[in-house]
Amino acid sequence: MTGTILLALGAFLASAVEAVEALTIVLGVGVVRGWRSTLIGVGVALLVLALLIAVLGPALGHVPIDGLRLVIGALLLVFGLQWLRKAILRASGYKALHDEDEAFREERERAAAAGADERGGVDWYAFTVAFKGVLLEGLEVVFIVIAFGAAQGRFDVAIAGAAVAVALVAVVGVLVRKPLERVPENTIKYTVGVMLTSFGCFWAAEGAGVAWPGDELSLLGVVGFVWLLSYGLVRLLRRQRLATVTAGAGA
Amino acid sequence: MRRLRAFGRFWWDFVVGDDWLVAATVGVGLALTGLLTALGVDAWWLLPVVVALALAASLRRATRATTL
Repeated sequence: MTGTILLALGAFLASAVEAVEALTIVLGVGVVRGWRSTLIGVGVALLVLALLIAVLGPALGHVPIDGLRLVIGALLLVFGLQWLRKAILRASGYKALHDEDEAFREERERAAAAGADERGGVDWYAFTVAFKGVLLEGLEVVFIVIAFGAAQGRFDVAIAGAAVAVALVAVVGVLVRKPLERVPENTIKYTVGVMLTSFGCFWAAEGAGVAWPGDELSLLGVVGFVWLLSYGLVRLLRRQRLATVTAGAGA
Repeated sequence: MRRLRAFGRFWWDFVVGDDWLVAATVGVGLALTGLLTALGVDAWWLLPVVVALALAASLRRATRATTL
């Protein structure tokens, strides 16, 4: 039960944050180049992503669970550490915070500067940018949904978490028609980094033969450990950065 | 061949990212966990320790390389 709730939450948050980024790209292109070709690009990308889940999901169901957890857990752990590393660097000031407003402005400028490329009634610039944007952001969602669904044996929960998040962002995006800069994206990314790392650590160790004390309940312990660890590292790096800046100003 | 390399590069960047040493450390940690488990030790504690070390070391490398 604990694992399922965390799984749904993880899939929801990871998908929400990627959907917010995809929405910024789609809006940036759509408002400048028009909606028809942009939405065709979005539709084709969503079709490819759905196809990936439909093909890979059931196929992984035939792989023995221990081997699956080892491989998926290891991949998720490495992938999650990458997210967490970036989130810690952002939170401590070593990396610029992700700014949807800025990304939206840049996307609009690029779309306006690009020349006309219309063939067969389709604006290929708008199609390609929307397709690539949704596909690339969506690949992370697909990776997480497949990993979560396969390792926990609950594709239904992982897909539902992701689908609710994507639908929610799409509806809000259609209503407000501007980037969702009020979504605390950096905090969500940090949380997702903690969850991906924790799930990866839990499943990879289980796949390697470990019996966690308390079984699934220890997942909460792993999440707490990774959270405390990352919080400590953020504090440490903030202090280090401040000391370097102060020393640089005094020199 | 170039497309195949680009495809491989994309997936490498997608999963492993900026610091391959993190992936290597996780690999070694998992191998050790498997070895200890095979020897009869329930090494559930090992991977969290490896995660802590890998993350701290990676951040140290990243912040050393950063010019403020």
